[in-house]
Amino acid sequence: MQDRPTQDELLTALERFLDEQVVAKTEGALSFNGRVAANVVRMLRRELDHEDEALEREWAGLDALLGAVERPSARTELRDALTARNAVLCERIRSGDIDPLTATTHIRQTVHDKLMVTNPAWLQE
Amino acid sequence: MPSNDELNERLSAFLKRHHNSRAVHIDGLRLLTGGASRQTWSFDATVEHRGDRSETLALILRADPRRSELMTKGIEYALLESVVEHGVLAPKMHANGDDSIGVPFFIMERLEGETIARRLIRDDTYANTRAVLPGQLAAILAKVHSVPLEAPGVRELPAPADGVSPAVHEIDRHEKIYRMLTPDPHPAFELAFRWLRERAPAIDERRLVHGDYRIGNVIFGPEGARSILDWELAHIGDPMEDIGWLCVRSWRFGGDKPIGGVGERDAFYAAYEAAGGARVDPARVRYWETFGNLRWGITCIVQVKQYLAGASGSIELASIGRRVAETEWELLKLMEA
Repeated sequence: MQDRPTQDELLTALERFLDEQVVAKTEGALSFNGRVAANVVRMLRRELDHEDEALEREWAGLDALLGAVERPSARTELRDALTARNAVLCERIRSGDIDPLTATTHIRQTVHDKLMVTNPAWLQE
Repeated sequence: MPSNDELNERLSAFLKRHHNSRAVHIDGLRLLTGGASRQTWSFDATVEHRGDRSETLALILRADPRRSELMTKGIEYALLESVVEHGVLAPKMHANGDDSIGVPFFIMERLEGETIARRLIRDDTYANTRAVLPGQLAAILAKVHSVPLEAPGVRELPAPADGVSPAVHEIDRHEKIYRMLTPDPHPAFELAFRWLRERAPAIDERRLVHGDYRIGNVIFGPEGARSILDWELAHIGDPMEDIGWLCVRSWRFGGDKPIGGVGERDAFYAAYEAAGGARVDPARVRYWETFGNLRWGITCIVQVKQYLAGASGSIELASIGRRVAETEWELLKLMEA
């Protein structure tokens, strides 16, 4: 267990530094890249908040489409297993072995969860 | 690529020969965009002609140290000469390159103006631009699509094989890139490949397609469009491809209107037709907008691959991998409509 500040508190400090010391006080490429970097920090903070829940939902959706299998408990293994299962889903879509409409509902939920991390504003039309 | 000092020296010598002048001085040589390939440099050249006359020219050097597989500098030069000759608002060529700087290059005029899309969408300075630009882009695009296919620089461009629909040709090309490069499986893209193949328009209308016609590749000022840049993705294909690409949500840069964030579809189509463009089929534009989202998603993957392969340390390139989800979301929406 680490001492304070927490991951989120440190990332907040990094975000403030980028916004206030880099973006606001520089120009051109440095300012632009500073803004990109600050956005990356905001994304990482959201990812820390939402990842477990999103991975769990994606796994459950794939269970419904491909048949239930046991979910790895460690996060790294879970990510790898999800990549492998998504490759299977892709193969089924390609070969026409899955109803695109059924698959779409799950895929939309997964993409929604990705955007909640990467760019929540994109979800507002 | 030679060092900056060497480049300065070799460019001066090249331009001195080109102008048959007494001397050429180069100032302010700097790299604007591009890294290992497809570089754009800006500089001023003061040409001391024979006699006492001298003039200072604002120029752009386009160089390609990696000899891009996209388009050779020779074809790009000829293409730009052809489109300008046919009345398209594009940079005027100054000098075709040779082997003077050791990499393929050409030199063109430098136009002052803005290219940053978020300024177009937000700044008060460009309120008038926002109003006039859609109509101008429609008229310019109609001209692009009327450039004869046998014109120099156009006849050399990649084209679908006889009997192959431009849509199928583009899907094949992009699917190959996607399968070769993607680090992750993308179920949304699989749905899109299927959807696009099932609906590929049979219409075999072949025109010069700019290939990257969007805000970001337009130089503009408070009065409107000044020039269309970045012709390296030009090819022969369905003219509706350019219109669909311009509608891709990522090119609205936060603006709320479908055409580049600043224009309405119907008004754009009407202006395009009025300027001599082919009749617009809104369904085909939607088709190409869908394709455009897939294409932009694949481009994000191509770019993040460069970062993952260690070819670049750019934070922008790194984070672009996380933009793929935006295109997946748009694809799901467009396929449902």
